[in-house]
Amino acid sequence: MKLSEERQIAAPPEKVWEALLDPDILRQCVPGCESMTGNPSEGFEAVVTQKVGPVKATFKGQVKLQDIVEGQSLKLVGEGKGGAAGFAKGGATVRLEPQDGGTRLIYDAEASVGGKLAQLGSRIIDSFTKRLADQFFQRFQETVEAGQVASAAPVEASSTATAATANATPAEQETAKKKGLLGRIFG
Amino acid sequence: MPKDSVIGTSTKRREDKRFITGRGQYTDDIVLKDQTYAAFARSDVAHGKIVSIDTSAAEAMPGVLAVFTGEDFAEVGGNPAGWLIHSRDGTPMTEPKRPVLAHGKVRHVGDAYAAVIAETAEQARDAAEAIDATIEELPAIVDLRQAASDTSNRVHDEVASNVCFDWGWIEDNRAAVDEAIKGAPHVTTLELRNNRLSPNPIEPRCSIGDFNPGTEDYTLYTTSQNPHLTRLLVCAFVMGIPENKLRVVAPDVGGGFGSKIYHYGEEALVLAAAKRIGRPVKWTCSRSEAFLTDAHGRDHVTKIELATDFDGNFIAVRTETFANLGAYLSNFATATPTFLHGTLMAGNYTVPNVYVNVKGVFTNTVPVDAYRGAGRPEATFSLERVIDKCARELGIDPIEIRRKNYIKPHQFPYTTPVALEYDTGDYDAVMDRLEAIADLSGFERRLNDSASRGKLRGLGISSYIEACGIAPSNLVGALGGRVGLYDAATVRVNATGTISVMVGAHSHGQSHETTFPQIVADRLGIDESKIEIVHGDTAKIPFGMGTYGSRSLAVCGSAVVRATEKIIAKAKLIAGHMMEAGDAEVDFEDGVFSVRGTNKNVPFGDVALKAYIPHDFPLDRIEPGLEETAFYDPANFTYPSGCYACEVEVDPGTGKVEVMSFAAADDFGNVINPMVVEGQVHGGIAQGIGQALMENAVYDENGQLLSASYMDYTMPRAYDVPMFKVDHSANTPCTHNPLGVKGCGEAGAIGSPPALVNAVIDALQRAGRSSVTHIDMPLTPSRVWDAIHNS
Repeated sequence: MKLSEERQIAAPPEKVWEALLDPDILRQCVPGCESMTGNPSEGFEAVVTQKVGPVKATFKGQVKLQDIVEGQSLKLVGEGKGGAAGFAKGGATVRLEPQDGGTRLIYDAEASVGGKLAQLGSRIIDSFTKRLADQFFQRFQETVEAGQVASAAPVEASSTATAATANATPAEQETAKKKGLLGRIFG
Repeated sequence: MPKDSVIGTSTKRREDKRFITGRGQYTDDIVLKDQTYAAFARSDVAHGKIVSIDTSAAEAMPGVLAVFTGEDFAEVGGNPAGWLIHSRDGTPMTEPKRPVLAHGKVRHVGDAYAAVIAETAEQARDAAEAIDATIEELPAIVDLRQAASDTSNRVHDEVASNVCFDWGWIEDNRAAVDEAIKGAPHVTTLELRNNRLSPNPIEPRCSIGDFNPGTEDYTLYTTSQNPHLTRLLVCAFVMGIPENKLRVVAPDVGGGFGSKIYHYGEEALVLAAAKRIGRPVKWTCSRSEAFLTDAHGRDHVTKIELATDFDGNFIAVRTETFANLGAYLSNFATATPTFLHGTLMAGNYTVPNVYVNVKGVFTNTVPVDAYRGAGRPEATFSLERVIDKCARELGIDPIEIRRKNYIKPHQFPYTTPVALEYDTGDYDAVMDRLEAIADLSGFERRLNDSASRGKLRGLGISSYIEACGIAPSNLVGALGGRVGLYDAATVRVNATGTISVMVGAHSHGQSHETTFPQIVADRLGIDESKIEIVHGDTAKIPFGMGTYGSRSLAVCGSAVVRATEKIIAKAKLIAGHMMEAGDAEVDFEDGVFSVRGTNKNVPFGDVALKAYIPHDFPLDRIEPGLEETAFYDPANFTYPSGCYACEVEVDPGTGKVEVMSFAAADDFGNVINPMVVEGQVHGGIAQGIGQALMENAVYDENGQLLSASYMDYTMPRAYDVPMFKVDHSANTPCTHNPLGVKGCGEAGAIGSPPALVNAVIDALQRAGRSSVTHIDMPLTPSRVWDAIHNS
């Protein structure tokens, strides 16, 4: 599974960059994210619950940031284990370019799944992954554009799912319940 | 004697009463006192290094009694390959160890690396999920050709290459074949893949291990096609248990198709666990696990060349095949793509030069082994497809080109260039029958009818020959087989004249309980209802080799005949004594012994009774009792053959293929029960249609099995198959077994895929798609549509 997308964000690149490295922002944007801890230099740890076709699982995963070119691009590499449900892993290269007073965010992602996820969900995994990526970047864009980088609660490396869902609207909570996979990768 | 007790009559299946009424006794129906349950932790990566396995959380979970990892079996033996293959250069194949539980590395998705024993099945599964294994994923080896050439990334680090063997058959033919092809007027080349299949018996595997500390006896209840073979493998190779201390019981078994021939690690695990915890341990395979662990079938990538003159006379056949062996050598994995495949590459034809090259390749996929037909479907498919393509290229009718090259009746026994000696056959006569039952003269009319409905109709023909009645022990021994392939039967006449027949063959759909009594009843002239077949329990039956390779009737049935003949000889002694005559003067006919030239006679029942009440026996001459055992080792393979015709309609708008008719004319030699034989042919053709149109076991590039449920792995349903037309009247009885039988269990699955694919190609060619000369199976609508629209 590979996908490449672009997105125009109405915020300057430095703001977008900052948000991209902020675990609290990521937690809010990753579909199904229950917790997100860590920091850009050591990587993040995330817990994400998702349902893929007939398989529902909570994934525990690590995401490492590599090839960081400050303010311009980075590579996210991650893997999440969902116990009996199998695993998901992948990577994404994200580039930021100033454009039209805002930021052009370009990403090339690839993802693969294993175990029951592959055995039972392989037919739907592509569309599922694309939907997750869309959801993530949509929320990311909205969050950044809403200036929540500045106004959000101070970043706490130990943010929890409870805190996250408490802040979210019912619709967001519902969306959060439905998501997962690529979120882990981007999370 | 009732009319339906003789050979050649369609006695109703006596098994069906218990199956239809839910009274079958399958392994999972067995509940032993204090039974516990096993569940396995299985790899979800195709290839990985086991860094650590933390079982502490699992051990602390409710109901957990024991946890096993590969470490626990480091000292026991590996599950062996049953056949040693030598490569072209004379070197023996590589045989990496196949452990009970993965140790050091996992080598396919589903490879078990730990097992949990718990009070309930649910507790065992929960605890298995709690096992925390750190497995460092390695690049998966999936593509066959790439695997064969890649020596840096290997499935087994301890062997130098992923190529297990590079086999040539017959190596001495190679130069002559190359020369013949080089100089031939016409050469037809075809590259194809014989698609990988999951076996899908309706009953998933199940095993119960039991150990009695008082006697130190083990019992293994298991879904097996061959309990004695399983016992031999478990005892002599894996666990080191003395054979007299292990009883293997294979009760009712719901289909096998080859997948239950083999010994699997789960069987060893439940035995070891039962001993450790002192309670019976049951493991029942889930359907998901079955997809991931049952030995798959087929999976060949082949290039075949057929050299002919311009009249279509065959000059030479040459093949190169990459055969997927999967991650470990299953018990017959090395024999299936070699001696059950290459030796059949001459087909039904007089082709003077044949050379077969097969490279057996390890990959990070579940082991591949014999599946209904086992090597012979792969040979038949390659050959019958290339013949069809050749006929088209030369403008010769597909039936004519086959008839032109058939071995003729006067040429038998016929020795092929690939070393088999066909004892008998009449392929033209079988083709005559096919032409009659398939109504081939009416094809044009049906073609026009289809066209009027916007459908493309096609007709496909195939012939096949198979080597069955597996197998002469002296021959297989000379070729590298590590077991004998005789079978055995004990006929026990009880005092009141009823008979128990203990057989080494195992019935899991083959109707032995119905067919074998017909043989004994025919020989003894008594009612078949008095005869009972006992099978599937090593404590009860003689040492036979089980059921696969269409061998039960030809080999075990012959043992039944031999044992029955011994019974008659012994009974003549007793009858002679009763009638005060020498046994040489005693005749036996229709269940009655008589003294030649007199009116003295005694019925069989009186002799049976006398055998067990020997008050006046001359004990120096006649032993009491009436029970005899015979082992039968065949002198040759048997060679069933047939001609199949398939008509399809292709919807040009969707690419969907519908099988409109299917006719099968087979030569099975003598037929004991025509209804059972027809049923076998029906089932085989349905499986062949499944392979040709629907079934496909698919791994992605990471070695993930994508077709691991019935959402993605399509099995044929009743509505996918037509009413079959079946004929087995053009019979040439086998010349070397006492029943003159050849075997019918695999034929349908062998002959049908090429007939169907030939029909689809025919339909597309008739519709002007002349560039479509092949479509790889399964012929799904998308593949066919693609061929129609992108040709």
